[in-house]
Amino acid sequence: MIKKRMVLRFSKKTWNQPIVYRLVKEFDLAFNILKASVFPKEASLMVLEISGEEAEFDRGMAYLESHGVIYEPLEANIKKDEDRCVHCGACASVCPTGALAIQRPEMYVTFDTGKCSGCELCVKACPPRVITATLSSRV
Amino acid sequence: MASFKVRKTYQEINEKIKKGNVVVVNAEEMIDIVEEKGAVKAAQEIDVVTTGTFGAMCSSGALLNVGHTTPKMKISRAKLNGVPAYCGLAAVDIYIGASELPDEDPRNTVYPGEFRYGGAHVIQDLLLGKPVVMEAWAYGTDCYPRKYIKKDLVLHELRNAILLNPRNAYQNYNCAVNSTSRTIYTYMGTLKPHFGNATYSTAGQISPLMNDPYFRTIGVGTRIFLGGTQGYVAFYGTQHTSDVPRMPNGIPTEGAGTLCVIGDLKQMDARWVVAASIQGYGVSMYVGIGVPIPILNEEMARFTAVKDADIVTQIIDYGSDYPQAINRSLGTVTYRDLKNGMIRLNGKEVPVTPMASYPRALEISNILKEEIRKGRFYLGEPQATLTQLTTGERV
Repeated sequence: MIKKRMVLRFSKKTWNQPIVYRLVKEFDLAFNILKASVFPKEASLMVLEISGEEAEFDRGMAYLESHGVIYEPLEANIKKDEDRCVHCGACASVCPTGALAIQRPEMYVTFDTGKCSGCELCVKACPPRVITATLSSRV
Repeated sequence: MASFKVRKTYQEINEKIKKGNVVVVNAEEMIDIVEEKGAVKAAQEIDVVTTGTFGAMCSSGALLNVGHTTPKMKISRAKLNGVPAYCGLAAVDIYIGASELPDEDPRNTVYPGEFRYGGAHVIQDLLLGKPVVMEAWAYGTDCYPRKYIKKDLVLHELRNAILLNPRNAYQNYNCAVNSTSRTIYTYMGTLKPHFGNATYSTAGQISPLMNDPYFRTIGVGTRIFLGGTQGYVAFYGTQHTSDVPRMPNGIPTEGAGTLCVIGDLKQMDARWVVAASIQGYGVSMYVGIGVPIPILNEEMARFTAVKDADIVTQIIDYGSDYPQAINRSLGTVTYRDLKNGMIRLNGKEVPVTPMASYPRALEISNILKEEIRKGRFYLGEPQATLTQLTTGERV
């Protein structure tokens, strides 16, 4: 069993097809929607936590690719610049999932991409603006 | 003057620094030392305790002398990368305030505003060696005929660049919460509705003014770590007061002391002076400050052994009380609880996050420690302590 957080980008042409449903039906993959930005006849974006057998997961991704869906792991879409981070903690107060958290007692701000849902609240909450997210900008 | 078992002078400590046998520890290490050995023995063994703080300090800015042009100009209005600078000084002296915004910035018209660029970013760009575009206007005089100029400013080419911060290093600061039913955006960060979270902004036990609560050793001329180089305490900071309620250990239970600090911007490092865009609030600047506390006697050893569990602050409602200037505390908390990440308020657990960087503050205290040990940093004996300045006590 594997569990991965993926960003799926759908083209204008496929917005009205039940593609994600096929992941369940054909490949026995479970999904949890963390974020979705779907509008008729527009390019759409979904952030899903997908779990299932590894071989099925790979087949599912190949299926997505064959239907023009661009997929990437979520961590490729949101990054914290560790050199510029001052470890103030402002991001941790807005992070709803605890992905950005304070490591106590040292008080470093850590970023666990495995817990990130891609909400992007941290991007503007970070005073030195060291967190970059390319989720919405690349829809 | 109280009679102490241990008595040291600034000169004696500086002599030890020169000889290379000075004993320096940071304020975190001092806690255990005093606990184990007692204040008297600690004072005999330890000469200097180093402190540090790294947080958003809005009351900051840089005084620049941009140099004369041909023909000469008496600048009456100037913008640096679009950010207005204060020009009500002599011809080519300008002051760029950290929180200043370009006229075109939308502020909070699109709420909460982003505040992507302001005075602090100009200072940061200068420190990063980037050219900053200055546009300046003047009415023209017989001695200063030029009326307009547009040119690049580069830090090392400026005649003078002085960081001059009127209020930094607040001794203690509020813990912020929000009682209202909507998320609010403050200089204390994003505060969720119905007491959804709490924030605080200090380095606590290693913060400079927590380690010398009565300002016995800090005053005009105290040499400090400022923005990565040696700077000085210029005076007490604006809003400074020592007339506050205190705990038996001398720690004020609220705001209290502040420092006005000064230093050569050209010698500073962008790691320790960092622009901050505070969502919905404005632009501010993280400033790194470290103050060495001389252990002149056992009393100073005791002061510098202060720990987070012994420091309290007030929980203030930034949703309704603070903006309406209602001076009300919802409760008192220790920094130990704040740093642990959870406080109890009205029977409810409230998660807490900091706004100031403890890791950076500790790093500053360690840099200062090394600088003193290596004989590169000497103590500056204050010409007047902050207490002497405010009480009129004869110097």
